[in-house]
Amino acid sequence: MIKNNRLTTEQYEHNFSDIKPPFETQDAALVEANRCLFCYDAPCTKACPTSIDVPKFIKQITTYNVKGSAHTIFQSNIMGAGCSKVCPVEKLCEGACVYNLMEEPPIPIAKLQRYSTEKAINNNWQYFERKKSNGKKVAVIGAGPAGLSCAHILTREGVDVTIYEKENKGGGLMTYGIAAYKVTPQFCEDEVNYILGIGGIEVKYNQELGKNISLEELQKNYDAIYIAFGVGLANKLNIPGEELEGVEDAITFIYNLRSKTYKEISVGDKVAVIGMGMTAIDAATQAKRLGAKEVTMVYRRTEAEKSCTQHELDIARLDGCATIWLAAPKEIVGENGKVKALICDVMQLAEPDAKGKPLPVPTGQTLTLNVDMIIKATGQNPYSNIISAYAIDNTKGKINIQQSATNVSKVFAGGDCVNGGKEVVDAVQAGKDGAASILSFLQIKN
Amino acid sequence: MADISSNFLGIKSPNPFWLASAPPTDKKINVLRAYEAGWGGVVWKTLGSQVKNVSSRYSSVDYHGSRVMGFNNIELISDRPLEINLKEITEVVKLFPDRAMIVSLMADSTREAWHELIKKCEDAGAMGFELNFGCPHGMTERGLGAAVGQDPEIAKMVVEWVMEKATIPVITKLTPNVHSVVPTGKACVEAGTNALSLINTIQSVTGVDLDTLVPNPYVAGKSVFGGYCGPAVKPIALKFLTTIAQNATTKKVPISGIGGISTWRDAVEFMLLGSSTVQVCTAAMKHGFRIVEDMCEGLNNWMDEKGFKTLNDFIGKSVSNITHWEDLDINYHHVANINQDKCIHCGLCYITCEDTSHQAINLDKGNPYNTYTIKEQDCVGCNLCKLVCPVDNCITMVEKRVAPEYINWKMWQEKGLPLNDH
Ligand SMILES: Cc1cc2nc3c(=O)[nH]c(=O)nc-3n(C[C@H](O)[C@H](O)[C@H](O)COP(=O)(O)OP(=O)(O)OC[C@H]3O[C@@H](n4cnc5c(N)ncnc54)[C@H](O)[C@@H]3O)c2cc1C
Ligand SMILES: Cc1cc2nc3c(=O)[nH]c(=O)nc-3n(C[C@H](O)[C@H](O)[C@H](O)COP(=O)(O)O)c2cc1C
Ligand code: SF4
Repeated sequence: MIKNNRLTTEQYEHNFSDIKPPFETQDAALVEANRCLFCYDAPCTKACPTSIDVPKFIKQITTYNVKGSAHTIFQSNIMGAGCSKVCPVEKLCEGACVYNLMEEPPIPIAKLQRYSTEKAINNNWQYFERKKSNGKKVAVIGAGPAGLSCAHILTREGVDVTIYEKENKGGGLMTYGIAAYKVTPQFCEDEVNYILGIGGIEVKYNQELGKNISLEELQKNYDAIYIAFGVGLANKLNIPGEELEGVEDAITFIYNLRSKTYKEISVGDKVAVIGMGMTAIDAATQAKRLGAKEVTMVYRRTEAEKSCTQHELDIARLDGCATIWLAAPKEIVGENGKVKALICDVMQLAEPDAKGKPLPVPTGQTLTLNVDMIIKATGQNPYSNIISAYAIDNTKGKINIQQSATNVSKVFAGGDCVNGGKEVVDAVQAGKDGAASILSFLQIKN
Repeated sequence: MADISSNFLGIKSPNPFWLASAPPTDKKINVLRAYEAGWGGVVWKTLGSQVKNVSSRYSSVDYHGSRVMGFNNIELISDRPLEINLKEITEVVKLFPDRAMIVSLMADSTREAWHELIKKCEDAGAMGFELNFGCPHGMTERGLGAAVGQDPEIAKMVVEWVMEKATIPVITKLTPNVHSVVPTGKACVEAGTNALSLINTIQSVTGVDLDTLVPNPYVAGKSVFGGYCGPAVKPIALKFLTTIAQNATTKKVPISGIGGISTWRDAVEFMLLGSSTVQVCTAAMKHGFRIVEDMCEGLNNWMDEKGFKTLNDFIGKSVSNITHWEDLDINYHHVANINQDKCIHCGLCYITCEDTSHQAINLDKGNPYNTYTIKEQDCVGCNLCKLVCPVDNCITMVEKRVAPEYINWKMWQEKGLPLNDH
């Protein structure tokens, strides 16, 4: 049965509490900070898409210069606080830490980054001053990580920035997509306010490109436009029964979870999650944490081909989520308009496809899962309609850019809408790159 | 199993580890606990005229997350009544007759005062004396402590007074607050001291509080120079020790080494450079008396490994290995080698050599890991990279002699060989 309000308030709070708690004390942070070797041309910095000078900011913690430490982080990544909570560091900075080569635990870089940046946000230490307005105006579409990072650099250089955002809050998927046990709504709001604190950025909420505003209008009124509206639409399974009550896409499921109270969100007793990417993991773990009795993740390839990290899969497993490998959804069976079961083709791996991933092919056998809810997490599609409508050059909906510029005059783009969906930190870097291109396009020297 | 027992001028102890004259040895409770833990002996906290201490009296230097790399105190000699000290010494000696009981003395500057104190302590059961000519604060203003140790003439006079009276071995403890400890050491040996010990603490300011702007330790808004000790002073202590172990006069008497000893390894280094016993203060104050267990076991294991049966088999063995700069072999050359299998690509060797040494390390960019290799022809062999490398034995120095024969600086000049190879 699909229902909400399955747990007590305490249970919800416990289940959705911070998955990576911060250092409790300065001493605790110092123990780890002092382990840092202060590498030269550090692998961790190279592994960070925004190239944060990690050894420097950690060294600054050890000299009790926490203010300087957060400055170092924000210089490279204005969302350094959020990134410290959501980055898959095991494949980024911490994965490159030289301690791994000594078979020693890496420096907890993200936790230290959180230590400094949290203090900066809580104390509202503003490091950057906006130059006097130079009269140039730039419109940014989307107040997600890419849009905010771009806007922040532009305003620093004296550009007047207007962000058009279709939701009524900023942060993008940080606010609406990322697992609730990684960031809280309050944190996301604080981070957005902190970034906007520099001034010179006006955010117009509930304004959607293609609905309330058009690109032509923006081209007329602004010197440049930066598109950072991410990817949005969930992929369809295109199998019978997809319209039944109880079939939901992961993005909507998490969106609701992130914008309402936990009690309001319904889950089934037995939930199947389709896919094995990061989003699938997030959907599965959160369904379990909302009180679903059984959660089973279904993937058409084997564990070796999964696109989530081992670390994420371990989180799901520790939450008690089951996995079924080599199973591809074939049909959803209903009763009275509601989901009753999921029938899957049992697959086997054939030769690798163009991307090098082995292609799963049906064996002819099937298996049936008795479930009352199905969450689809098989990837997201770019906003192809808008992109095509404005004749923006794209590859399967992903905007094509050259040094952040699209083929359309004055229009630049970056983040998920270009890369098809990566991490927050990649979007932040895209925003920096976009700002740099726009500044040079506007002939503003920084 | 090696024999680690010690016989210092007839004063026997089951091991060469004594506690230095300081708070760990200033009363019966501490000393009994120390003996129970296994310490070979103590130098009882310095006795003399009644003094009064200030409350706040210690401060320290931390380094890279490690506490008390260096320790500083502004404490005086024992502030407990002499009679109590003497009574407790007697009791302790009775309970642990197999341990060394040296009593540290700093009498007022008269022959009578010294004679009286010596008599009382001998009566109480002291097995030896240590003359405190080293305390660098508080007592110097009264013409005692380092004020004595810094002036060979005065030191000599006091030692002579002591030798007139003492019937048990006398060790004179030297202050490092001089440019050389040899003049005072020589004067004391000439005056008849049976042994020397060193070092006492080094005058210091451990730091300034960046909020109050008052240096440490804080005493009602003020501070004074204190005496520095602990791991930070070990290299300085070893240097002073070596000069005493090498001088023709001072090397005639046994030495008790002090200054920054925390482990059996430190102790062995002191002994190799001429100490017959060693004394410990800061390490015990930081960790408690239990550290002596590993000191004994570690020393024992090392001696077994090296085939030394008694302490005398290795005491002083490294003294002659410290020579004069002008006797060093200029034809000796070695170059660094980086073991690529062990390298963790931290780049620390590269940046030190590049920024501050001889630009002798090659960097091949990689993502995320660079490869570092030595440019042998540019490497002068300074050791810097090896010192900063965080991986044991990753960088090693490989001998590449310039020529087989020994040649020192004087010979080099005599032969008119080129001075500059740049
Ligand atoms: C379920 C899920 C979990 C994730 N978990 C992680 C994680 O743990 N760690 C991590 O680093 N990354 C994670 N990601 C990826 C990360 O959230 C994105 O890569 C990142 O947010 C992309 O930033 P962006 O600015 O390009 O796009 P978005 O964050 O998507 O921001 C786009 C913004 O544009 C707005 N918008 C959209 N269309 C319009 C329009 N037409 N007009 C005006 N505004 C518009 C949107 O409302 C949104 O605010 C996750 C993604 C998902 C879906
Ligand atoms: C708190 C304190 C008090 C000391 N008091 C004396 C003393 O009364 N007499 C003395 O000869 N040395 C005294 N010393 C010096 C120690 O005996 C010893 O020489 C010095 O601390 C170096 O040894 P270490 O590095 O092991 O501490 C004192 C040292 C400290 C830290
Ligand atoms: S030994 Fe000195 S000169 Fe040679 S590579 Fe190392 S740091 Fe450079």
